[in-house]
Amino acid sequence: MSAPAIELKGISKSFGAVHANRDIDLTVEKGTIHGIIGENGAGKSTLMSILYGFYQADKGTIAVDGARVTIKDSDAAISLGIGMVHQHFMLVEPFTVLENVMLGAEGGALLNRGRAEARKELERLEKEYELNVDPDAIVGDLPVGIQQRVEILKALYRGAEILILDEPTGVLTPDEADHLFRILGQLRAQGKTVLLITHKLREIMAITDDVSVMRQGQMVASRHTAETSVEELAELMVGRRVLLRVEKGEANPGKVKLEVSGLNVVDELGVARVKEASLQVRAGEIVGIAGVSGNGQSELLEAIAGIGPITTGSVELFDIAGEPTPWRPRHGLGHVPEDRHKMGLVTKFLAKENAVLGYQREDEFGSGVMMDKGAVLETCKRHMEAFDVRPPDPNLKAANFSGGNQQKIVLAREIENDPDVLIVGQPTRGVDVGAIEAIHRRLIELRDAGKAILLVSVELDEIRALSDRIIVMFAGEIMGEVGPEATEREIGLLMSGVRDGAAA
Amino acid sequence: MNKELPGWVDYGLLPLLNLMTAFIVAGLVVLAIGENPLEAVGHIAYGAFGYGNGVGYTLFYTTNFIFTGLAVAVAFHASQFNIGGEGQAYLGGLGVGLACLGLDHVLPWWGILPFAIAMGALFGAIWAAIPGYLFAKRGAHVVITTIMFNFISYSLMNYLINNFLKVPGNASVQSRTFEQTAWMPKLEWLSGMFPGIQTSPANLSFVLALVACVFVYILIWRTKFGYEVRVYGANPTAARYAGISTTRIVVLTMAISGALAGLMGMNPVMGDQNRIFLDIPQQAGFVGIAVALMGRSHPLWIVFAALLFGMLYQGGAELAFEMPSITRDMVVVIQGLVILFAGAMEFMFRPWIAGLFTMMEKSDA
Repeated sequence: MSAPAIELKGISKSFGAVHANRDIDLTVEKGTIHGIIGENGAGKSTLMSILYGFYQADKGTIAVDGARVTIKDSDAAISLGIGMVHQHFMLVEPFTVLENVMLGAEGGALLNRGRAEARKELERLEKEYELNVDPDAIVGDLPVGIQQRVEILKALYRGAEILILDEPTGVLTPDEADHLFRILGQLRAQGKTVLLITHKLREIMAITDDVSVMRQGQMVASRHTAETSVEELAELMVGRRVLLRVEKGEANPGKVKLEVSGLNVVDELGVARVKEASLQVRAGEIVGIAGVSGNGQSELLEAIAGIGPITTGSVELFDIAGEPTPWRPRHGLGHVPEDRHKMGLVTKFLAKENAVLGYQREDEFGSGVMMDKGAVLETCKRHMEAFDVRPPDPNLKAANFSGGNQQKIVLAREIENDPDVLIVGQPTRGVDVGAIEAIHRRLIELRDAGKAILLVSVELDEIRALSDRIIVMFAGEIMGEVGPEATEREIGLLMSGVRDGAAA
Repeated sequence: MNKELPGWVDYGLLPLLNLMTAFIVAGLVVLAIGENPLEAVGHIAYGAFGYGNGVGYTLFYTTNFIFTGLAVAVAFHASQFNIGGEGQAYLGGLGVGLACLGLDHVLPWWGILPFAIAMGALFGAIWAAIPGYLFAKRGAHVVITTIMFNFISYSLMNYLINNFLKVPGNASVQSRTFEQTAWMPKLEWLSGMFPGIQTSPANLSFVLALVACVFVYILIWRTKFGYEVRVYGANPTAARYAGISTTRIVVLTMAISGALAGLMGMNPVMGDQNRIFLDIPQQAGFVGIAVALMGRSHPLWIVFAALLFGMLYQGGAELAFEMPSITRDMVVVIQGLVILFAGAMEFMFRPWIAGLFTMMEKSDA
C-alpha cells in the first residue's frame, strides 16, 4: 500500500481561548473519498483551512504523500496538489469559464498563448470527468451546479491530486447533487483523493469510503463507511443519541390565517422574482416551501413579512373569527428571517439589545422616547430561559453565541411575542444537530397550539419532516403542492422545474 | 484580525500608543529642522496650560472641536460619514448671528440664547439634512454631497455677508457688531483658578458643549431612536427587517449631526467676535472628524480628544511664536501627524497588541 495522501498528526489550533482543533490525527488513503462530518463549530473548516494554508497549526505535523510538509499559504497547498472547492464560490461572474479557470495561472503577460493551452487542457479534463461545461459560457449565466463544476475544473487545472469540497451540496438540487457525486466517483476512479466536508449524514453514506467524525474540535472517530450506520454517526457527532425523525401527530387545520393572492415581485433590474404566487396557511398547520435556494422563496417570504417590495397582488391576515385583520409587519405575524447574521440579528449588539429588534417601538419597552433598559433586560432573560439559550447571559454579544443559540434568540423573540402567523426561513441553517431537534419540536408545538406556520427551507429533509403540505417553487413560480408523503424524487422534479406528467 | 481586547486596551492603550507615535514622528521632524523637540513640547504645554489666557484659548478651541466631533460621531452611529461639519458650522454661525442681530436691541444675552441655539441648530440641521435626504432617496453618497455643500456654504456666506450683512461704507467683510448686552459671558468664574482667562475668547459655549455631550450620550444609548440609529448603522438589512425606515433614520441623524455642527458657530459668533464674519468654522469641521475617530464616537472620549486638539492648536500657536524656525506651517504638519496616527490609522497597532495578548494567553494556559 502506498503512503497515505494526507496524514495529519497532533494538529492543534486555538483562537484566543477557543480550541478550534485539539490534537487531531487524520489519515486519508490515496484514491478514496473521505468524509469529514461534524456539527457546525466542530472545527471541520478550521482543519481544512490549515490543510489549505489559510491558517497555520499551533502544533502538529502534516504529511502529503508520505513527505512531511509545511503549508504556509494556499500557493503552497496548490503546488502540493491540494485543491479546494469553497462553499461560497470564488468565481468572477462576468468572465467566461475559460477565463475563470486561467485566473492566477495565465502563463505570461499576454493571454493568447495561455488561452489556447488552457482551452486544450480544459477540454481534456471535461471529457475525462464528464463535467459538461462550455468553456466559453459566461459564469454568471450558469446554474449553480455548473458553477460548482467550474470550481472543480479550476482545482484540476492547477494539478490537484487531492480535492477538498466544503459543504458542496448546500446549493444544489437533489439531481445536481447526484451529478456531483458521479463526478466525484469519476475522480476517485482516476486515482484522485477527495475530502468531503458535510453535515449531511446521507451524503456520507452515499458516496464516501471512509468517514471521520469531529466534535468540539476533536476527532472522535474514524470508520469505514461500509461498517457504520447513520445512527452511529449521528450519535458520534452529537455525543448522545438523537432523534432523526420529528415526532408529530396529525395536523388539525382550522380557519385560514394567511392568504397570499396573485403576488408578483419584480426587482430593481426588472427581473420577475415571484410570479403569481397564491397560497393559504390555516391555523394549526405547517406549510413548507421547498425549492433550491434563489428561486424566489426569499422574496416571497420578505413580501409576506412586509419588508420586501410587492409589485402586484395581496397578503391578507385573518383573526380568530376569520375576519381580515390589518396587516402590519411584526404585528400578529412573527418573522424568523432566513439569514440571522444579515437580518435577524445585529451581531455586534448584546443579546438583550437583539431581544427587542423589531419590537423596539412597543410600549412595553418604554412609553416615551426613552428605552426602558430594565424591561429589555427582563425580556431577554425570559426569552433565554424559555428557549434554553446558552450561555444565558443577556450582556454577551450576539456574535459570541453559537449558531444554534443565536437562532434560539431569534426564535424566542418572534415566538414569545405570541403571533398568530409565524413565517420561518431556514430555521436550522448552521445549527447543530442537538439544537435542530429542539427547534423542530418547538415548531410542532406551535402548530399544535393552533398557529399558522409558513416554513421556507432548502433542506428537503426538514421540509418533509415538518410540513403538513409542501409547496414547491422554481424560478419564482409555484410549481405545485404535494403532501408530506411525496417522495424525494417527486419533489426533486418539481424543484428543477418539471411539472407532473412532463417528467420523462 | 478582530480579536476581542479588554476595554482599557481599545480605549486607553491604543490611543496612547498612537499619540506617542505621532509625537515621536513629529519630534523627528522638529529634529530635522535643527530644533530641540523637548523644548518644543515644553512650549506647546506652556502655551496650552501655562497661564490663564492660554488655558482660555485652549478651551475655546476645545469647544469648537467638541461640537464638530459630536456632529461627526452622531452621523457615524448611523454609518454616515458627515464631512460637511465645516459648512454646517458656517451656516449655524449665520443662524446664531441673525438671532443676535435681530434681538440684541430687545433682549439680553440669556434671552437671546434660546433663539440663537434654535437658529444655529436649525440652519446646521437643514444644511446636513439635504445631503441625508439625497442619500436616502437618491443614493448620493454623503461624503460627496456634504463636502460639496461645504463649498456651497463658502460662496453663499460670501454673497450674504457682502450683499446684505456688511456695514455700508465699511471695508471689512463682516456684519455690524452685536450690542454688548448680547455677548455670551466669558468664563470669569474660572479666573480664580486661571487668572487671565477672562481676557481670552473662552466663553459659556464651553459649558453648552459639555451639555451637548450628555445630550448625545442619552440620545444614542438611552432612547428608542438611538437604538434604531445604532441598528441601522451596524446592519442596515436588520434595520429593514425591524421596520426601521432608512429615510427617517438617515435624514434625522444627519439633521441632528448638522445641528451639533451648527451650534459650533455659537462659540466664535456669539462668544468671541460678536459679529458674523468670513470663515467662521476655521477648519473645526475637519478637525471634528479626527476628534470623532480618536474619541471612538463616544462623547466622553470626544471631550478628551477635543481637549488634545485644542491644546495642539493653542500650544502650536505659542510654539510658532517662541521658536520662529518652527513656522505656523510646521505646526500644522505636527497636527496633521496627530490626525494621521490617532485618527486615520487608529488600528495600526491593534494586530500587534492582539498578537501579544494571544501569546500571553497561551503562556497562561
